[in-house]
Amino acid sequence: MLRYASAWLGGLSLSAVSSSASADWEVNMTRGVTDVSHSVFNLHMTIFWICVAIGVIVFGIMFWSMFMHRKSRGAVPATFHENLTVEILWTVIPLLILVGIAIPATTTLIDIYDADDSDIDIMVTGYQWRWQYSYLGEDVSFFSHMTTSRDAINNLADKGENYLLEVDEPVVIPVGQKVRFLVTAADVIHSWWVPSLAVKKDAIPGFVNEAWTRVEEPGIYRGQCTELCGRDHAFMPIVVDARSQEDYDAWLAEKKEFAAREAELTEKEWTLEELMERGERVYSSTCASCHQPTGQGIPGAFPSLVGSDMVLNDLTGHIDIVVNGSPGTAMAAFGPQLSEVDLAAVITYERNAWGNDTGDMVTPLDILEFEEDQ
Amino acid sequence: MSAVIDHHHADHGHGPAKGLMRWVLTTNHKDIGSMYLWFSFAMFLLGGSMAMIIRAELFQPGLQLVQPEFFNQMTTSHGLIMVFGAVMPAFVGLANWMIPLMIGAPDMALPRMNNFSFWLLPAAFGLLISTLFMEGGGPNFGWTFYAPLSTTYAPPSVTFFIFAIHLAGISSIMGAINIIATILNLRAPGMTLMKMPLFVWTWLITAFLLIAVMPVLAGAVTMMLMDIHFGTSFFNAAGGGDPVMFQHIFWFFGHPEVYIMILPAFGTVSMIIPAFARKPLFGYTSMVYATGAIAFLSFAVWAHHMFTVGIPLTGELFFMYATMLIAVPTGVKVFNWVSTMFRGSLTFEAPMLFSVAFVILFTIGGFSGLMLAMAPADFQYHDTYFVVAHFHYVLVPGAIFGIFASAYYWLPKWTGHMYDEVLAKTHFWMSFIGMNLAFFPMHFVGLAGMPRRIPDYNMMFANFNMVSSIGAFMFGATQLLFLYIVIKCIRGGPKAAAKPWEGAEGLEWTVPSPAPYHTFTTPPEVK
Repeated sequence: MLRYASAWLGGLSLSAVSSSASADWEVNMTRGVTDVSHSVFNLHMTIFWICVAIGVIVFGIMFWSMFMHRKSRGAVPATFHENLTVEILWTVIPLLILVGIAIPATTTLIDIYDADDSDIDIMVTGYQWRWQYSYLGEDVSFFSHMTTSRDAINNLADKGENYLLEVDEPVVIPVGQKVRFLVTAADVIHSWWVPSLAVKKDAIPGFVNEAWTRVEEPGIYRGQCTELCGRDHAFMPIVVDARSQEDYDAWLAEKKEFAAREAELTEKEWTLEELMERGERVYSSTCASCHQPTGQGIPGAFPSLVGSDMVLNDLTGHIDIVVNGSPGTAMAAFGPQLSEVDLAAVITYERNAWGNDTGDMVTPLDILEFEEDQ
Repeated sequence: MSAVIDHHHADHGHGPAKGLMRWVLTTNHKDIGSMYLWFSFAMFLLGGSMAMIIRAELFQPGLQLVQPEFFNQMTTSHGLIMVFGAVMPAFVGLANWMIPLMIGAPDMALPRMNNFSFWLLPAAFGLLISTLFMEGGGPNFGWTFYAPLSTTYAPPSVTFFIFAIHLAGISSIMGAINIIATILNLRAPGMTLMKMPLFVWTWLITAFLLIAVMPVLAGAVTMMLMDIHFGTSFFNAAGGGDPVMFQHIFWFFGHPEVYIMILPAFGTVSMIIPAFARKPLFGYTSMVYATGAIAFLSFAVWAHHMFTVGIPLTGELFFMYATMLIAVPTGVKVFNWVSTMFRGSLTFEAPMLFSVAFVILFTIGGFSGLMLAMAPADFQYHDTYFVVAHFHYVLVPGAIFGIFASAYYWLPKWTGHMYDEVLAKTHFWMSFIGMNLAFFPMHFVGLAGMPRRIPDYNMMFANFNMVSSIGAFMFGATQLLFLYIVIKCIRGGPKAAAKPWEGAEGLEWTVPSPAPYHTFTTPPEVK
């Protein structure tokens, strides 16, 4: 408690210093960097000014009455009530205003819904609590995790400019191309939002939603998950890196090469140390958010792996639950998410870390064999 | 029916029973109304304390006071307690106290059921609050409890949450049946439907909404229960179900629910503004029809909460147009209140201050509602703090200011004493400033890109969040002053006349202050 209190006070003085930047007082929606985001922004400002105009008239009359028709000024109440003409007018005029703003809203919406004829298709899958991007037809697929440290979140380290909005692997797209996002989720509902693109689409397990964008300016555009998805909902940002066509092509080629190298690793002879080292990395990015870095889980929510019967004694059961998940619980099937190498490494790690000294070594070939037997 | 009336005849002249059993066994509408109001205020303070925890954590970036698991439990419980525990019971309490007095009835039509529907509430909320102390924690999936976060991925306590919702729902349905039975059967001779005070009208319509949608909510939570314990897959795509169907069912309940929370406030404000403008309500008939129109439309707009889930274009357009249409009857109401004030003879006692603030700030919430209705713009607003700002503008200065206005308006009738006007005005101004400081900056951070339901945020949102938190602390602390004002008013103060407000009209002002334990045992004649 004391530690938190002092961190709190420390943070207080820190934020007092950093609050001079003018962007901190931003009051309006971003204009964004696509045609769609510009239409949305214009629509937003149109409705806003219509509301301001109505507000000035209505509140104007109200304040006039409040100042002029006070009993203390000797105001004598009128007795009028019910006037059909007035009542028809204040029904019909708002109706006409509404029709007026429905027209641009409808055309913008039709544009947003036209995801046909895309140049590139990217599958976006939400997980607790990270995003996966798969470039359809390109054999490129990767996870995108937040890189902000727990120390920064707990006020034990400085917060950078992109605090909570930075990831290890941004989704890279080429400028000028129509990019279609196929949005889904593997566990609970998430929502993929990038304000500068005016794209927000819910990621729903078992269903695939469509959204699209065409970015004209190269740049880094940041967003966040916008549907409550559990504990680390605040900690699964989205970073879109829009690059020129050549830079995008070069990036894609590099990604493909990396994927090919990774695939070869399945056949490699692994040592226990190598698997443990890789397993620790996989564990901390994939498993630690539920089972905790200590492996002890959270009582009542996520089981402990330390000294667990399955981890110590049941090798096949252990591989099965990691690959296939446990239906009806929060334990997801990691078979489709991780490579054989990563699965082997993380299972090996769990069986030998935190005093679980089974000495078991699971190789990528063991995983392959298990998957073929299913 | 006659048996009930005879019973009261037999009791005539007797005061309430003594001791605790008076409250446990009472069938008196005034006792039950008071219990509802006290219960609701207790829940308001509890839900408010949770809001204080939320705002303290959001005071600045980083995690300082609570961890995300607990933060999510706080946002969830805050929402559930405020909606089901504070706002709804407060209006049922006002209905219990005032509807029999307004229509000249001796009591509610179904007094024993009235007792039962109140006493279900402490059970329901005791259960709900107890989940916070269970292993795995309380509900942490938001007050909208979207599946599968609230089913497969929920803590074990979700089962108790489901049972609590069932109990609260049964209580609401019984309350609604009682109110409808009372209004339709126990009006004094001459009190025709179109002579009823607007609070009675809005409650009649609200009660029908409750009966229509509370079973839908019960259905939704029962399906969750089946998915969790009995192997069904209503909301699980892997088993042939659909997580989006949960949202359709929830919001088919949820949208009428928001009108359930605001229509009774429309009613009281429509009575208070004419009283302090000393001028009749501009359009009584159009107010009644506008309320009916809003209630009817409320069943056809639910998917505007779901513009981003991927419903087809035509569905999106239908729900956008239907939602925009609600602005018309709502506008009629606002124009009516303004024309009632126009050329009146205005004074600004506490009930009027809260009512005027209600009209202005609810209208601001209506404006942001209109903006949210635009589906393309909603893609930028949805699930950000802009939405949080919007619904707090319609619920805090809407529902809650409506309740405060009513409380001050009728406190003299309830207690027989005038409340302390200086303190009440202080309560108003502190609430007004605190509330605007807390919620107005939320529009800004929402538009700038801050999602809702997050315990931590980037530094670009820091300044306005700090302002919001300061406003929230101010608003929260001020409510203790309200508690003091009410207690002070119960314990003493200047004697209130039968009709303490010069411009007030209605049967409730024809009985003495405080209202005797039994009133209108002989029905009054309404001309």
